[in-house]
Formats: sequence, structure tokens, C-alpha cells
Amino acid sequence: MNVEPALPGLELRPLPGAVPAWHAAVDATSWRSACAALAGAGGRLGALWASDRRARSGDFALHLLAVAYEGLVVLTLPVNEPQASYPDISDVFPCAARMQRAACDLMGLRAHSAHGELRDARGWLRHGAWREDTFPLRREVALDAVLPRGDDRYAFVTVEGEGVHEIAVGPVHAGTIEPGHFRFSVVGERVLRLEQRLGYTHKGVEKRFESMTLEEGARLAARISGDSTAAYSWAYAMALEAMAGVEPTPRALLLRALLLERERLANHLGDLGYLGNDGGLAFGLAQFSRLKEDLLRSNARVFGHRYLMDRIVPGGTAFDVDSAAIAMLLDEADHLEREIQVLRLIYDDHPGLQDRFITCGRLTSQTAGRLGVVGLAARASGHAMDARVYPACAPYAELRPRIATQRNGDVAARVNVRFDEALESLRLERRILRRLPAGEVRLPRGTVAEGALGIGWVEGWRGELFVALEAGAGGSIRRCHAHDPSWQNWPALEYAILGNIVPDFPLINKSFNLSYAGQDL
Amino acid sequence: MHKLLRQIVRVGIRTEAPPPPDEALRQIAGRLNEEVLRLLGRALAIRHVDAGSCNGCELEIQATGNPYYNLEGLGIKFVASPRHADLLLVTGPVSRNMEQALRRTYDATPEPKLVVAIGDCGCTGGIFGETYASCGRVANVIPVDTAVPGCPPPPAAIVQGILTAISVRRS
Repeated sequence: MNVEPALPGLELRPLPGAVPAWHAAVDATSWRSACAALAGAGGRLGALWASDRRARSGDFALHLLAVAYEGLVVLTLPVNEPQASYPDISDVFPCAARMQRAACDLMGLRAHSAHGELRDARGWLRHGAWREDTFPLRREVALDAVLPRGDDRYAFVTVEGEGVHEIAVGPVHAGTIEPGHFRFSVVGERVLRLEQRLGYTHKGVEKRFESMTLEEGARLAARISGDSTAAYSWAYAMALEAMAGVEPTPRALLLRALLLERERLANHLGDLGYLGNDGGLAFGLAQFSRLKEDLLRSNARVFGHRYLMDRIVPGGTAFDVDSAAIAMLLDEADHLEREIQVLRLIYDDHPGLQDRFITCGRLTSQTAGRLGVVGLAARASGHAMDARVYPACAPYAELRPRIATQRNGDVAARVNVRFDEALESLRLERRILRRLPAGEVRLPRGTVAEGALGIGWVEGWRGELFVALEAGAGGSIRRCHAHDPSWQNWPALEYAILGNIVPDFPLINKSFNLSYAGQDL
Repeated sequence: MHKLLRQIVRVGIRTEAPPPPDEALRQIAGRLNEEVLRLLGRALAIRHVDAGSCNGCELEIQATGNPYYNLEGLGIKFVASPRHADLLLVTGPVSRNMEQALRRTYDATPEPKLVVAIGDCGCTGGIFGETYASCGRVANVIPVDTAVPGCPPPPAAIVQGILTAISVRRS
């Protein structure tokens, strides 16, 4: 039995599904007090998004998803025209600032402070692709509208003083990575300030969802951030199944966990290679990229896709494994574990590499907590949070994953969390393969009532991610918001770099390895 | 140090033979003359541009450098600036927010130059299509010599697309 969170004055309605979650309607006065109560009880901001419900109730709505001790709490605040504004909460949850700016760009809802002025009025996702007075997520704007271009000027915060100069990097970066802009203010080689500008890969994902059926949306969810495709597919399926009252079979849930752990493993192997390379040990990249390629090739053989795209589907999984595949995967897990142990010893014993890793790019526990950092980066800064461990939705309760934490918050800590988690994923993989019960892998999809709301919550390799899905008429999507942990963790990188030298930025950036596509949508 | 050396010796050389060029991937033929292509084919510099992808294609482009595909072993390397590049490797769809950056990157690349579009989105716009925020396929913004489909295309297919772009057309 789930215990209801204590939020006095709010009527909490439990949401159906695998995730312990409640929904409450709030008004302009209880909005901030509810946020403060959630934050005061140790809750963190999960996601924030806006929706257009003028056709039904004549207003807009702002939605907030918070992670409380008891589970998820979704708050919905009505927002009326013509002001279309609501009380700012970025003082309570600092990571809300960029999310509020995105909600303004897409839906035209503005956050105002207690004194009435607008919070940071700069666009976030908008750039010059549309004008300031156009809001593409509103119903009257068509998906394929050709919008007049707007002003792309952006006021970066400038640092003044003797010897201060700026270095502008991006959006096209020097490596094979995603596009974004970094503005460094430096003295000599030391970084005084970093300001990020993201949004370059905004391609209208949320609007695109609204042109799809609930069933079709699964393919788009799998392509929000390619490196987290299994996690997003699962979160989307979880949200849809919650609305339809479908509970996947134990076999299907374990197979999903198998894929999620293999996705974590593949990304951690890749990152460990690149972190070695950025630390001056090219040997590490050659070795880890070989192990990753071996893993991807067996993914293709056993599951039918190197990165596991479209393998987790609403109702269950699109594949099954036979005993030969299980035997092969168990062998592979033993082999990989031995290889990782050898390489970990080499990394640990390499003075040059450790010299680059230790104390580099520190994110203190206090800063991480204040910024609401999540996932791998939070665990490396001493915050023991992992949705697989708590609330441990099925099948994780029976798998009993062990959480990996470090205290120092530096590159070395994030490397060590990756090593621990890669080995833990192999342990979980073996547990799954040895206890896989017989059964169907995919159930019929069931029916979904118009207006139903479903939430998916999955601990991807980078951190926890969410999908909030609202059904329209006849099996269509009314609104779908997918939230990447990169939203919370990008601002933390601006702090982790402070006082470090510019040449260490690639290493520090890689140690977070955040998604651009996932937050730009 | 001995552990590191032992690991190198134990693993050995894993590099596989590259795939041959595939004419089906070619979009525009004869843009560069034979002599230029022959020169490029021996030492090609690539600038990668993510013009709005989901980052799946980036993972596979990175994988072309792993010991199995060993792109550098073919004399092909990734460079940090378009001004040093002979070929642009572009993933898409091209977001409207990246349209100008992609055009500028293309303009900054010295002639003679080639463009390879990577992935279903780069080839057609893919699942994201042409919308208020997406220009769709790469060829809608800059000329494309070869296009490699797949979601994402595996590393061997990407290598094949690059090798086709720098090969002389065989009719």
C-alpha cells in the first residue's frame, strides 16, 4: 500500500499504473506553497511543462512533476489569458528556470516573480526559428507551419575586469558530438564563468507527438535521445500501460530490465573509453570501444538492433530470447566482467590518468543538492538516488540493485560510479537471465479513455527520465512531454567547471556526458 | 605498464576489411573530377556536423573509429574545423535552429568538397519530417553527394557511404 505524501490543503488523486503517483489541481496561491512543501520535505523537481486546453476549459495549464519521498506528485495550475502568467518557482527549484523559459517559448506562459517582473525573459528553445509572439505548441499553429523567422540575438552575461576575455565554442563542436554553444569567460586559462546556450536540436518533438496515435508515439519516444532509447521506450510504454490498465507479464518486465541494463552498460563502456582518451590514455578508448562494439554486435544478433530501438513496445517487448541466446549472454557477461576488471586496474594504477581525474571538475554535494542534480552525476556527489533502488518498480524490487555512490563529485568519482554501475549491470543481467519465468512477452494494448493521464518513470543510464502522456479522442495523443535528466544536470556543469582550466573542459564535459537532443526536443 | 602492454598483445589486431563502394548510395555524380577524388581517397579529412539528430547516428559515427572499423587506418580522419575538411558528414533532420550553422559550415569548407548525409533523418527527414522546427533532409539545405539510410546506419554502412563519395563512379 502506497503512503500518500503530506501536502496539506491539496486533494491528491492517485494515478493508475506501476509508478506510485498522485495528481492535484492547484490554484495561484497554493501553487507556490505546494512547491515549497515538496521542497521542504526533501522533494525534487522532476519536470515542468505546459498544455493548451482552451478548446475544453478555455485556459492553459502548467504542470509540475515532483519526486517526493512517497512517489511522484503532479500539480496542475490553470493559467488564464490575457496575462498568461504564473508565479515563478525557480527560487524554490533552481532547475525550473530553463524549463520555465522553454514553456514560455513553446506555449507563451510566463513566470513572474513576487514583485511582478518577468524572470529571465530570454528565449531558451526559440532562437530565430520563430518570432517571440508565436507559440508553436498552441493549437492554432499547424505542425508543418512555415513560421516567420525571429530575432536570434542572445544576451550572454558578461564578466568584466582586467584580463578577462571570452571564448565562444559551438554550436558545431570539434568532436563527434551534438550541437550547443558554450561561452567561457576566462582569465589566462582559468574559467571564471561558463554560460551554456542550448536548443539547437529543437525539432518539434512535442508537437509531432500530437499528430500521432498513442501506438505510433512509441517510435518517436524511442528517438528522443538515441543513447537512451530503451529507457524512453520503457517510460513511454509505462505511461500508456498505466492509462490502459495493462500490466506486462513478469517475463516482459524482466526482458525490459535486461535491455535497460545493457543500454547502461554500452553507454558506460563508451564513456569510460572516451574519458581515458580525454585524460591522455588512447589505449583506454581502443579497449573500451572494442568491448562496446562486442556488446552492440550481440545486441544486433539477439535482440535485432544494435542500440535496442523499438525493442520495448507498449504491452511488453517486440522480441523474446531462447535458451541458446541466454547461454550466449551469460558467457558474454562473464567475459565482459573479466575484461572490465583488467581495464579498471590499469586505469586505477595509471598515475597520469588519475592526476587528470582527481579533483578535476568538482561538483560539491551541496551544489548538486541545491541544483536538483539527478542520476549518475548526483550519485558521484554523494546523493544516493536511483529509481531502480527506490521506489524500485517491477521488476527491480526482486532484482535488488545495489546503488553506486561516491563522495568527491570530481571526474574520478564519475568514472568510479560508471565502473561500479557497469559491473552491477552485469550482475543484474545474470540474475535476470537465470530467473526468467515462462510467459507471453506482449499483451494486447487495451483501451484508453479520452483525457487519461499516464506517467512513466525510468532510471536511464544518465539519470531518471519521465514521460507524461495525455490521451486524446479515439486513441490519439493530446499531449506528450518527455523529460530528460540533462535538464537538471546541464546547469551543474556550469558550476563544475569553475576554477578549472579551459583544456580540462572536454574531460569534465565528457564525465557528465549530457544529452542535447533530450533537452532540446 | 606491463599490464597495459600485456592487454594490447593479448587482444591483438581486430580490424576488419572495409566494405566496397555502393553506387546506390550516390545522389550526385561527377561533381569532382577523377584526379581530385583519387587524391582525396588517400588522405581524407572529415568534419562531422550534427544538424539536429537524436544522437543515435553520432554513436555509430563514433563507432567507425573503434578497432573493428578503424577508419583512421584507411587514411580517413576527423578534423576539428570545417576549414580543414574535404568532406562533411551530416546527420539530421536539419533543425531550423541549426540551418544557418550548417550553411555556414558548408561555406567554410574549402572547395573541392563532398557531403555525406547520414541516417534516415538525414536522407528523408525521417520520423521528424518537415515541421515548424525542422527543415527535413540534409539535401533541403546543402548539396548531398551520398546518402546513407538506416536508423541509425551501422558503422560499416557509414564507412561505405564515405568510400562511395570519394570513389569514381563506375557505370
